Amino acid sequence: MEFILILFSTLEELTFMRTTLTHIKKIELSKSLVLPLAEKITAGFPSPAEDFLDLSIDLNKEFIKHPNATFFGKVSGDSMIDAGLNDGDLLIIDKSLEPKNNSIAVCFLDGEFTVKRVLCEKDKLWLVAENKNYQPIPVYPENDFVIWGIVTTVIKKIS
Amino acid sequence: MFALVDCNNFYASCERVFNPSLREVPIAILSNNDGCVIARSNEAKALGIPMGAPAFKFEKIFKQKNIKVFSSNYALYGDMSARVMNILSEFTPDIEIYSIDESFLYFKGYDKIGLEKHLQKMKKTVEKSTGIPISIGVAETKTLSKVANRIAKKFPKHTGGIYIIKNEELRLKALKWLSIGDIWGIGRQHQKRLEALGLQKAYEFAQLNDDWVRKHMTVVGLRLKKELEGEQTLGLEGITNKKAIATTRSFDYEYKDLDYITERICSYAIICGEKLRRQDSCCQSIHVFLKSNRFRENTTYHSRGFTVQLPYPTNSSLDLVKFAKKALHQIYKQDISYKKAGVIVSRITPENEKQTSLFTEENPKHFPLMKKIDALNESYGKHTIKFGNQDLKHRWKMRQNHLSQNYSTKLTDVIEIKAD
Repeated sequence: MEFILILFSTLEELTFMRTTLTHIKKIELSKSLVLPLAEKITAGFPSPAEDFLDLSIDLNKEFIKHPNATFFGKVSGDSMIDAGLNDGDLLIIDKSLEPKNNSIAVCFLDGEFTVKRVLCEKDKLWLVAENKNYQPIPVYPENDFVIWGIVTTVIKKIS
Repeated sequence: MFALVDCNNFYASCERVFNPSLREVPIAILSNNDGCVIARSNEAKALGIPMGAPAFKFEKIFKQKNIKVFSSNYALYGDMSARVMNILSEFTPDIEIYSIDESFLYFKGYDKIGLEKHLQKMKKTVEKSTGIPISIGVAETKTLSKVANRIAKKFPKHTGGIYIIKNEELRLKALKWLSIGDIWGIGRQHQKRLEALGLQKAYEFAQLNDDWVRKHMTVVGLRLKKELEGEQTLGLEGITNKKAIATTRSFDYEYKDLDYITERICSYAIICGEKLRRQDSCCQSIHVFLKSNRFRENTTYHSRGFTVQLPYPTNSSLDLVKFAKKALHQIYKQDISYKKAGVIVSRITPENEKQTSLFTEENPKHFPLMKKIDALNESYGKHTIKFGNQDLKHRWKMRQNHLSQNYSTKLTDVIEIKAD
């Protein structure tokens, strides 16, 4: 699956990076977002789950493969709604990935960031929206254009 | 082989990652408080904006020449720096982070062709992953790798941003190219002395007699000469075992006022404390110094320092402030105008090796208190919590009229991506 839906209320706490200039620490993304798997069991016999209590889901590890190359961005607009990207959604963007045909990419086109599917057709490049009200945009050599990063995940707030 | 990796126009490059339309635009970055220019893009250099240009004097020129001005955004630069350094450390375990945009790396066991390929891959990975362009200089010694880096940067088209001093011929060529004043760590005094002797290039310095160099430039100068000759005398500095941490600043004006100077010294001591705690270590010695203006005529240059040995290893800002004030009172003189001051902490030991003593007055409450303060300052911004000795107004004085967003560290500041 290319997209996930998550209910996030503590995004602010996803302290993305701690830096010090005098020395270096490996970036620890996993620090602040760990959801325990096991529930407290109040019954009178020892829980068979106890041995596994240290297991937990680490969303950062799951969704951020290259922490040093990962950045976030906020969607503004509705041209990608059929791909599940809505206005206000948060995108996880990996700059280290090479774009493949049909990748959803954050591109820089003539002065602003835009998110579209990148379609390679012979020697022509198209930015394709996922909303039938929008036409594909051709990219010409004279455009100021870079593929800035590849969208790997979208985060939505439901409430 | 040593490699010196340097981020090109680092601050300007950071701004450009999140604002690619600035790629070819001249950029100037201002110091804290928007005082003066501390970094320039190549385009701004070409327009003749000097380093240290006072912002208020150049305001017109910035406008006339369409130079984009930024306040320094250390949250952004620090984060981008950590990303670059993390990636570099994936390519060799031996790395010394030298400054926010420079690192020495050591590569063992590569033949020259293998190393070149490895470095190309490293450069590509850093640039693709972070958007920050880098230059790499490689040679047998650290000092020579600095020279190689200079060449890589100066001739990007020719070198592709990577230059290796592979053999004796290239070493001599490089030394004949490098001016004396551009030798890493030569110092102003030695430069003057050598130039007075008619020497111009690093090559001529390296031709000097060892004894002469030792006599006139001490063992430090001799080490420099050996390094240029390709004989390794400097190794990688341990990253966590810094021997000393210094916080020093020049004042914007000259000050005589004891209250002002006390406030500054206390602030520097507090910053040293933060730096110590960040690397989980304590110090056992604190040195405070004051200097008058070296360039001022008609007055004698005044420079004094005082060191206090601490009764116990500490990283508590409260303790450091206390002892720094003691040291300050030893050296402060009423009738002198001071231009520069600093606090240096040394005899650094890891926090977990700290020995508790029965008879000293260390306050055990400091440790959790400092942790809390650091945490608050981290989440609510620097200087949220201040100590009574610090200038509480300072927060409102900090001018940052051209600050960019914390694109990479704050969710409310991330880039906006249009989907329309």
